[in-house]
Amino acid sequence: MNSGDVTRQGIRGERPPRQALVGQGLDGARPDGRSADGRAGGRRRRRGRKGEQLMVPEAEFSSYYGRPVIKAPAWSARDIAGYFFLGGLAGAGSVLAAGAALTGRPRMARAMKISSLAAVSGSTGLLIHDLGRPGRFANMLRVVKPTSPMSVGSWLLAAYGPAAGAAAVLDVWGRLPRLERTATGAAALLGPAVAAYTAVLAADTAVPGWHDGYRQMPFVFTGSAAVAASGMALAAAPVRENGPARGAAVFGAAVEVAATQTMERRMGLAAETYRTGTGGRYLRAATALSVAGAAGAALLGHRSRTAAAVSGAALLAASACTRLGVFHAGIASAEDPRYTVVPQRERLERRRAREREQADGAPGQEDTGS
Amino acid sequence: MTDTSPAPGSLVGRNLLAGVEPDPAGDAGHADAPQRMGFFTDTSVCIGCKACEVACKEWNAIPEDGLELTGMSYDNSQGLGASTWRHVAFIEQNKPLGHAQTAVDHSDVDVFALAAQGSGTPPAEAAITPTTPAPEGAPSPDGRTELRWLMSSDVCKHCTHAACLDVCPTGSLFRTEFGTVVVQEDICNGCGYCVPACPYGVIEQRPGDGRAWKCTLCYDRLGAGQEPACAKACPTDSIQFGPLEELRERAAGRVAQLHAAGVTDARLYGEDPQDGVGGDGAFFLLLDEPEVYGLPPDPVVTTRDLPSMWRHAGAAAATLLGGLAAVFAASGRLPGRRR
Ligand code: SF4
Ligand code: SF4
Repeated sequence: MNSGDVTRQGIRGERPPRQALVGQGLDGARPDGRSADGRAGGRRRRRGRKGEQLMVPEAEFSSYYGRPVIKAPAWSARDIAGYFFLGGLAGAGSVLAAGAALTGRPRMARAMKISSLAAVSGSTGLLIHDLGRPGRFANMLRVVKPTSPMSVGSWLLAAYGPAAGAAAVLDVWGRLPRLERTATGAAALLGPAVAAYTAVLAADTAVPGWHDGYRQMPFVFTGSAAVAASGMALAAAPVRENGPARGAAVFGAAVEVAATQTMERRMGLAAETYRTGTGGRYLRAATALSVAGAAGAALLGHRSRTAAAVSGAALLAASACTRLGVFHAGIASAEDPRYTVVPQRERLERRRAREREQADGAPGQEDTGS
Repeated sequence: MTDTSPAPGSLVGRNLLAGVEPDPAGDAGHADAPQRMGFFTDTSVCIGCKACEVACKEWNAIPEDGLELTGMSYDNSQGLGASTWRHVAFIEQNKPLGHAQTAVDHSDVDVFALAAQGSGTPPAEAAITPTTPAPEGAPSPDGRTELRWLMSSDVCKHCTHAACLDVCPTGSLFRTEFGTVVVQEDICNGCGYCVPACPYGVIEQRPGDGRAWKCTLCYDRLGAGQEPACAKACPTDSIQFGPLEELRERAAGRVAQLHAAGVTDARLYGEDPQDGVGGDGAFFLLLDEPEVYGLPPDPVVTTRDLPSMWRHAGAAAATLLGGLAAVFAASGRLPGRRR
């Protein structure tokens, strides 16, 4: 970070804590808007350390004693990142299960059905566990609200969960094959939605590191879901049946890595939190693990059961790391006011400049913009 | 932020998710709603007495949430949160204190007469303003600089397009007939989604309780025809309560008055129905940039982009389904055992 002096604990260094980081100095009244040097606060410039090149122009900004502008969610990393991970594993797993069933791979199909049932149960369990009032979890189904991704997600899970459950139970039980096929198909159709909606859940917040990536985040999440599910398939299915799992691993890893990189490129300032700190560490691990896992699966997965299982474990770990990385990056972007203030300030200045231009361009006209 | 114009007929097109929205209560389903009520907080007259903080805590029976000396000027409540629904910010700046002249002879002032009059300066003549620039050549003893002390009482903005309300999955957060945004504490299940959704960092889950809490704009008092506790307690009328439209007019007049008095810093924050949240139900007159007070300079309701988010998620889900189908097609069917 190029401004190490605003930390989670407050302001570090240079200034006594009593001094507000505000004000325009002693120039007396200034015209509306910013002074010519564009400085709003007392934040000193800090050169990038260790020769690290700054990824964005150094931004100066004001804050209220370095306190965050928005509130980071009180969600626990284990619960919510785990919920994202298991939701993806379940959703993409149901697609693999249906595909395997349709193409004569019964053992992979059964393994994935069981894995999806377990994952969706775990995912729901984590979601409930994270509630401030777990006893009231049923209130999630009190209303249907398309403006609330969590409401949409709850209804999705309410439809998908039983389908995935029926698919797994009936497969193991070996009865009611028609119902079993219907359930498998329904789970496979709902599964991708279960894997994708969690990205909207994260993006539909004021958290810069999540919201500003809303275009790519769903692809990161579905890619990661494919990585996780293929990992599970590689670990659980016999070598003879794991051809599609190996393909899915390569597909998932490609989508995930490409989407993550696009997201970081387009996100703007908050992308820093995807490269540094806890979020950055998890995401680097995720990339390494998914590339290694996909390569291992593609090159060795059809030769040895052990290689397939090891690749599968790497892929599962990769997906978990992606979710944890995204989670922590978002939290970091919420806790540092820089990521909220600077992009908004820049947007505001651009808009004001545009309005001024328009006003200059059409003198004598009513300025309605300001 | 792309400025794509929304498809006609979409929620955004009808301004239900973002944009100018003249009648939030009506669009929330309240027939014959009363006028939209709100706050205008004029920070130029705030004296930092914290009467609003106390009145709010008392009226709403908000629990104690820690007594801490922060060293942040006189601010020890630190920010809005689950148990702080009014928060007075204190900002110390090195900036000349307007019209603060030292060594002025006050020996001829009859303080008792002033007290009887109620105010030292008749309001019409008050230039107010700790912030008017010092006149040329104002004394500055020992080259010391002057301190200007900004105080501002912050509160939930009762956004026209409230992200907290939009994302709440239980319907616990709702729009009242007064156009305000209120949490129903018997319904909230503490999912915590509203917390990161709020662009102002207002609403928060209370530790130990789990549910989300914030200013209700004293819904109970409004229902009984009373003004909110904080406005009632404010001794300087820095917190003004009333119909939003009237407040907006009043605020525009006040800014003009301050500008005429030389306080060029004065600006309104959150009053514009065209802004990213469709205008705030509780807006402010500030004397410096919003971020100085801990407010976001250009907040946008996150759900403005929700239709696009759902579209992208749909594309991603289709990619997943299509991609995996393609993988199976490429791998082919295994011979042998069929069920
Ligand atoms: S300021 Fe935050 S808590 Fe208040 S109405 Fe707006 S979004 Fe909701
Ligand atoms: S914490 Fe309560 S009020 Fe906030 S979104 Fe969840 S259910 Fe709604």
